[in-house]
Amino acid sequence: MHMADALLSPAVGGTMWGVAAGTIAYSSMKVKKELDDRKVPLMGVLGAFIFAAQMINFTIPATGSSGHLGGGLLLAVLLGPYAAFLTIASVLVVQSLFFADGGILALGCNIFNLGFFPAFIAYPFIYRKIAGREPSKARLTAAAMIAAVVGLQLGAFSVVLETVASGISSLPFATFVVLMQPIHLAIGVVEGLVTATVVSFVSVARPEIIRGATESVSLGSLPLRNVFLSFLAATLLTGGIVSWFASENPDGLEWAIAKVTGSEEVGGAEDGMHAMLAGLQEKIAFLPDYSFKQDAAPAEEGVAYAGEAKADESARLGTSVAGGVGALLTLALAFIIGFVLKRQLVGEK
Amino acid sequence: MRRKSRRFDPRLTPHFKLLTPHSYLLTNHMRSIDGAVLDLKRLDLLATGDSVIHRLDARAKVLTTLVFIISVVSFNRYEFTALFPFFLYPVVTASLANLPGGYIVRKIGMVIPFAFVVGMLNPLFDREVLVRLGPLAVTGGWISCASIIIRTVLTVGAAFILVGVTGFLAVCQALEKLGTPRTFTVQLLFLYRYIFVLTEEGARASRARELRSCGRKGLGLASFGSLIGHLLIRTWLRAERIHMAMLARGFTGEFHSRQVSAFGWRELCYVAGWSTLFVTLRLENGAQWLGRLVTGLLS
Repeated sequence: MHMADALLSPAVGGTMWGVAAGTIAYSSMKVKKELDDRKVPLMGVLGAFIFAAQMINFTIPATGSSGHLGGGLLLAVLLGPYAAFLTIASVLVVQSLFFADGGILALGCNIFNLGFFPAFIAYPFIYRKIAGREPSKARLTAAAMIAAVVGLQLGAFSVVLETVASGISSLPFATFVVLMQPIHLAIGVVEGLVTATVVSFVSVARPEIIRGATESVSLGSLPLRNVFLSFLAATLLTGGIVSWFASENPDGLEWAIAKVTGSEEVGGAEDGMHAMLAGLQEKIAFLPDYSFKQDAAPAEEGVAYAGEAKADESARLGTSVAGGVGALLTLALAFIIGFVLKRQLVGEK
Repeated sequence: MRRKSRRFDPRLTPHFKLLTPHSYLLTNHMRSIDGAVLDLKRLDLLATGDSVIHRLDARAKVLTTLVFIISVVSFNRYEFTALFPFFLYPVVTASLANLPGGYIVRKIGMVIPFAFVVGMLNPLFDREVLVRLGPLAVTGGWISCASIIIRTVLTVGAAFILVGVTGFLAVCQALEKLGTPRTFTVQLLFLYRYIFVLTEEGARASRARELRSCGRKGLGLASFGSLIGHLLIRTWLRAERIHMAMLARGFTGEFHSRQVSAFGWRELCYVAGWSTLFVTLRLENGAQWLGRLVTGLLS
């Protein structure tokens, strides 16, 4: 479910970076406030544990194929939502830098899809409600299974939305949803089963670990309103700023919404915030005669956008073979420069 | 003393003579865990090199990488040729930093199949012909598929090169100086420190389980649950020991590093220079320009 940079537009990537950064800042503040400095090494070591656990496979019952642990829900059960979110985010940072598992720009999307849903939705609203304080084994399994499925379904759906809004992949929204949701239903069931197995093993062997985790966050103490407000602020801020100048397709999200809802604009958006931002965009847009602005016009027409951009593009592409020749030449040139530089370095030594 | 005697107890060592061909095959998987850890170490060790690029402040390299990635992905989906001049950045940086080219290329190569699988869907859904090269009609789907692959090579390459010339610790410190909350950077550093310890421990446990299970039997969820559970409990106890050790050493929630670097003129020029180039290449199709020049000269 890790998204790559190659399928992302800067507007979507930047917005999700803002959202993830806001949530990280808020969670960091919360964790710091708890003043439980035992959690500092615990979070770090558990992050590394998830890394190790993901490398160990098991046979999935009745299929013969093998799977591994995702770990988001398990971390939430062990650490509580805020610390779990930070831990998942840190694991994703390492994966993106060392294994190219998800890109650097896509980090915001991945942290949101794989961290926010298990930590702030699936755990507090599903797992905790069903499992309660001293769950029986069946209850625990049910809670973990439902929570994992819901978390992964939401995550997968948000992958679809982010990809469609970016507009790099041609996969239609409906097809993508039909592909993603059932696969992640299966993955969710397995993830829930594994999480339940591990949690029930640990609660038998070392009950104080699980009990300590459930008691550290009382059920009513999660002010979700704050989380959502900080999200909203971060989204508006970065979404606005990024789409002014970073985006090729500033209205990609609107386009996606238009496709989903069938109407061009979500009601009432023409005046107020949107109009203000659009006006600002007109003024601020630097490079007015380049494609940023050209594309803004067809984007207003909602669904027609893709076709228009294509026609525009075919005119550019069709005009010359020069581009192809040039591409090969620049590539060769880049490597020759690199080779010469390296030769010189070796020569110096 | 007691541990040592336990380790050499012949009754507890695996019976290698009883290895079946099946379990021999399984060792490939075990090696892959160790391989992944070694690979991680190798990439991070590249950062211990000493070159013009290595000596730059990490913030400059992080910022330049971000500008590079944003420039590359901001092209529309049918852009193909204009992406090529961007190869200049990874190639020049890797050469100046004297990174092993073959290793980086192989690492990028491992990601390309995934990009191809995603990109392959585009030709299926987007069949409108955009370019005709003689008798060959190229549809928009194929162009965007190729574009996705080039984007992947560029962005993934930039990420690997960033780690290779900077190192994870310096990247974390740069992130902190750029405003990331300290709690999060401390978390990143802790995580990174213990990845090696725990993956090795996990690999040992996993190897033991695989050697004891003949074929597929015994690799199911039950043994996985207790194996991971044990690993988790050991991890937890380790965290408690680390906490004690931290307290004993007066840890105040901050990692100190020996390396001191500042964001000076050199860094400013580096970021500004590359960023100007990226923005220019984003606006002007460098490949097309060069191609026109050459084809114009030839005709």
